[in-house]
Amino acid sequence: MKKALGNVFIWIIYLILYAPLLVMVFFSFNEGRSTSVFTGFSLKWYEELFASRDTMTALQNTLVLAVSSAVIATILGTAAAMYMYYLRNRAWKATMKTVTNIPMMNPEIVTGVSMMLLFVFIGRLLGADNSLSFGTLLIAHVTFNLPYVILNVLPKLNQTDPHLAEAAQDLGSTPMQAFVKVVMPAVIPGVISGFLMSFTMSLDDFVISYYTTGSDFQTLPLKIFAMTKKTVKPDMYALSSLIFITVLVLLLIINISQIRQEKKNASK
Amino acid sequence: MKKRSFAQRIAGAPYILWAALFIVIPMAIVVYYAFTDANGQFSFDNIKQLADYKETFLISFEYSFIATVITLIISYPFAYLMSKKSAASQRIMMMLVMLPMWMNLLIRTYSWMNILERNGIINNFLEQFGIEPLKMIGTPGAVIFGMIYNYIPYMIIPIYNVMSKIDKSLLESAEDLGSNGLSKLRRVILPLSMPGVISGFTMVFVPSVSTFYISQKLGGGKVMLIGDAIERQMQTSYNYNLGASLSLVLMIVILISMIVVNRFAGDDDLLI
Repeated sequence: MKKALGNVFIWIIYLILYAPLLVMVFFSFNEGRSTSVFTGFSLKWYEELFASRDTMTALQNTLVLAVSSAVIATILGTAAAMYMYYLRNRAWKATMKTVTNIPMMNPEIVTGVSMMLLFVFIGRLLGADNSLSFGTLLIAHVTFNLPYVILNVLPKLNQTDPHLAEAAQDLGSTPMQAFVKVVMPAVIPGVISGFLMSFTMSLDDFVISYYTTGSDFQTLPLKIFAMTKKTVKPDMYALSSLIFITVLVLLLIINISQIRQEKKNASK
Repeated sequence: MKKRSFAQRIAGAPYILWAALFIVIPMAIVVYYAFTDANGQFSFDNIKQLADYKETFLISFEYSFIATVITLIISYPFAYLMSKKSAASQRIMMMLVMLPMWMNLLIRTYSWMNILERNGIINNFLEQFGIEPLKMIGTPGAVIFGMIYNYIPYMIIPIYNVMSKIDKSLLESAEDLGSNGLSKLRRVILPLSMPGVISGFTMVFVPSVSTFYISQKLGGGKVMLIGDAIERQMQTSYNYNLGASLSLVLMIVILISMIVVNRFAGDDDLLI
């Protein structure tokens, strides 16, 4: 009885969690223009979506931004994690950790506003009228992605036995060789999950992008925001359903690779 | 330990430069804007103007506090029940909790608007039974609901994480020592899961108190939160100085609450 009650509770929570997603997928197939009255099944909004140049440009922009910001953040972040791992000055290490945490602890709107003000300030110094562009958006995305890379890589480094690298060096390899051959393989899973996390964070970001992009560069979340200011047609739901499926596939890849990793570790 | 190689010494340089330029300096610029006027002259005007926003601040904190408490009340038993399932179902349940988070918040919120609005899905359904339409959008309840809905995974995940790590033998020994279900919960599980509760609390409270989209859509333009006030100054009125002073207050208040919370949580539960 108690158990059944618990299960009912769990199902209700899941139902609420998924209600808006079901509504979204369902109404993306609506024949009419409404997103709350279903009149018949149709794929026309998906067709319209792919025919829309605006949307395709936004999609392309989003992907370009997500890939480039994730790549830059992964390189910078992995190097930083490596540096922090070998760092012996405790106060400096603590400072670096605190600064790394700032973008994660600050409300997104504050991060967005603070970066926007920086860009506006520098723009004014340089005498530019509008300093916000793809470049500023990229900087903002790299900045909020960096903590995720470091948070994924640093624990992996901490788990590796420092004596292994030392042993490699004792056996005649240079510090660089010891790093590439001993430390690197152990941190690769962290680097990959840091990259994937950055990629999805960037794909999904609205608030920070909203404050740091220029009028000439629109990403999908920004386009969705502009669309939801008016009454929305089901094409936006079609678009979101597609994004959702993309993210779902990415998540599955991350999960499966984690399960594999765990199995590998367990069999060792 | 071996001496650090040259590569190991300079590996952090690009990040340090980046963090200084794009994390630390922007914070300083917010302070600079908050204390200057449009011409760059030192001024207290923006700080004085904050008095007009007292109500907004109070409402924001009240709504997000209520939302966070309700989220906790729902999430705690949920995480507890989840931690009792088999390992395989735990993994699936966890993924199902995280999945909606990866759907853009704007869409999820807009979709709720479709469900709750005057001519929305719920009211259409009720109409068929001849029931008067309910007014849901534009009420504080809808905004609070939006906060709970959007951020509940941030509460479930940390609580579940600590609960699943509780040593089973501790629970067994509590039983051996005569604890019944309730006292086991109160004296063993609850204290051990506190770090998860605390980090969940901040992870729900911070985005709730600073949201502007949820209040815009589900509040039907009738509820103004601090996030809305900042957004208006930055994107509509272009009064960056006032926007900066509002952001500064939000930042300071959150920083203080973090310090207080961290004190309860012990050293490094929230940080790396």
